[in-house]
Amino acid sequence: MNLKELSHSEERLVEGHRLCAGCAEPIIARQVLMGTDKPVVVANATGCFEVSTSNYPFTSWNVPWIHTAFENAPAAMSGVEAAYNSLKRQGKLDQEIKFVAFGGDGATYDIGFQSLSGAIERGHDFLYVCFNNEAYMNTGIQRSGATPRGASTTTCPSGTCIPGKKEFPKDLTRIIIAHDLPYAAQASPHNWKDLIQKSHKAFEIHGPKFINVISPCPRGWRHDGSQTIAMSKLAVETCVWPLYEYEQGTWRLTGESLRIAEGSKEKKPVSEWLASQGRFKHLMKGKFTSVADEVQQGVDQKWASLQKLCQM
Amino acid sequence: MSEPMACNGDMAIALAWKQIDPDVVAAYPITPQTIIVEAFSDFVANGEVNTEYVCAESEHSALTICVGASAAGARVATATASAGLAFMWEMLYVSASMRVPIIMAVANRTLSGPINIHCDHSDAMGGRDSGWLQMFGENVQEAYDNTLIAFRIAEDMRVRLPIMTCIDGFIITHALERFEILDDDVAKKYVGPFQPLRPLLDIKNPTTYGPLAMPDYYYELKYQVQASMDAAVGVAREAMADFAKISGRKYDLVEGYRTEDAEYVMVAMGSTAGTMRFVVDQLRARGKKVGAVKVRLFRPFPAADMAKFLEGKKGVAVMDRAMSPGTGSPLYMDVLESVSRLKSPPRVSNYVYGLGGRDLIPEQLTTVFEEVMAGKGERVNFMGVRK
Repeated sequence: MNLKELSHSEERLVEGHRLCAGCAEPIIARQVLMGTDKPVVVANATGCFEVSTSNYPFTSWNVPWIHTAFENAPAAMSGVEAAYNSLKRQGKLDQEIKFVAFGGDGATYDIGFQSLSGAIERGHDFLYVCFNNEAYMNTGIQRSGATPRGASTTTCPSGTCIPGKKEFPKDLTRIIIAHDLPYAAQASPHNWKDLIQKSHKAFEIHGPKFINVISPCPRGWRHDGSQTIAMSKLAVETCVWPLYEYEQGTWRLTGESLRIAEGSKEKKPVSEWLASQGRFKHLMKGKFTSVADEVQQGVDQKWASLQKLCQM
Repeated sequence: MSEPMACNGDMAIALAWKQIDPDVVAAYPITPQTIIVEAFSDFVANGEVNTEYVCAESEHSALTICVGASAAGARVATATASAGLAFMWEMLYVSASMRVPIIMAVANRTLSGPINIHCDHSDAMGGRDSGWLQMFGENVQEAYDNTLIAFRIAEDMRVRLPIMTCIDGFIITHALERFEILDDDVAKKYVGPFQPLRPLLDIKNPTTYGPLAMPDYYYELKYQVQASMDAAVGVAREAMADFAKISGRKYDLVEGYRTEDAEYVMVAMGSTAGTMRFVVDQLRARGKKVGAVKVRLFRPFPAADMAKFLEGKKGVAVMDRAMSPGTGSPLYMDVLESVSRLKSPPRVSNYVYGLGGRDLIPEQLTTVFEEVMAGKGERVNFMGVRK
């Protein structure tokens, strides 16, 4: 797989959508969809990506696409896949089709968590991709279960008493892995090769698959729209967002995260990550600087435990 | 025609589904619907149907799975009741707007709180304005018959809307009654093969389902649901006329009983219709000019048919097995709208009854008729409640 080959792949999400300049979501979606050359049906949870790609009577989708509501893209996908299985078994359909659902962190970590867990437990053959931009961006940057400690959002603002979000995010990728599904991974759009390879692998495995992708949001994270890819790279280099995959019971670090664990790449301090975004501005000086240290400790603990799981 | 058998209402619906053999059934268990999905699971386990059966982790997901499957191009059925239907509420509107002809059995049960598993129509009333078609059955036979008819109406290309087939929880779902089932091939032929419309699985013709519609288009898309509701009135008549040909059982959208020369008429839905006719016969024997109207199709509401039955009457009592605290109950409001088309409409009063499964006895309906005949009673009455 190289860029030249990829440049000839079918465009499944086309121009004309209304996502912000610098939004990582369409970049991620296009990389994921490059992971298979087989026909795909896409399901989408409510969110930025949904509203911006399907403004009636226009659509940016060159492939069959369904959105029903916020909390249930995995259920909608389950239904499409159930219909596919039924019609195939009855001889009414013979084509091989792949199924992929997209949702933001609100749709995945919070309101749609049950739907995702249920669909994975039932074993539907589909790939679920989470665009993790770490807050409810479509409604104006509100806190989610994925929002990191110390981040200021419109519902956990930094004030004179409270330093933004008090809690660490839930580790959804590991919670999903606890379902004993065949494949799960974390990925980042800056490492396109890693993300496309993981998507390709996921599409080829039968059963439920999950990829959690860090998705910088210039509006919500308060960084320049030109820095989206740099931000996603920094998330990996600081071990805030390690790249790894879980396949049939085996954990494996990938990309820069593997090189950091092997000692061939420097692990950058979290302070660089915090300093790069306006949502952490209040942690840089004054009474809340200790929170930055706690974030570093939290990241280090998670990283150490992940390295153990990956037997590094 | 097969031999008559003893059957409960839930099983009658499961048997109808078995004959139709939907491509996908997705459901979540809830009393008093559970017999349907348990019986159907047996059919699946024994290879008696081709259905892909999905045990959802909630009713919200069950209906969403049905939406996905129907949009994908499958014939789809589900069942629920009470809190389950309430939990589906968001998806009722989504599915109607998406024009997916899902068939849903509703075993009418009241809504919490307080929590209570018994019959009333509050659950179905929550879906009244969603764009779903709604039929109510009176007994076990109608539970089966309405199910077959429902597939015909919902899947008709002039309609393409989801439909609820409602039966009274426990009173019909769990009661054993004499029941005649059509032969499999007759039932299958009546319903006909499923015709997908713009299926998602047609990957050569990609369709975008469930787009964002802003103020410039939202209203028009909602109006299309209204236009299909209008069309459904005629389609339902056709479906019922065709059903009479194969079964000998003649049904209508609303059905009158001894109404022609009646001066006072009672209106009800569901299992109460039988009690109502029994009371009408008793009062007729005493020389009282009374009649009854049963509503089979509640959405779309056949207002013109209703108005015809009520034209020239002196008084009408509308029996509602649901309430709308702060105003009149749903069926009452629809009957009022119907009679408003008449030059000199009858006095219409509302009787709320049977909430949370409270028994209805014939003497209570006799009292209602006596009140209406005497011109007494409030506009909205709460029958038998300890105030």
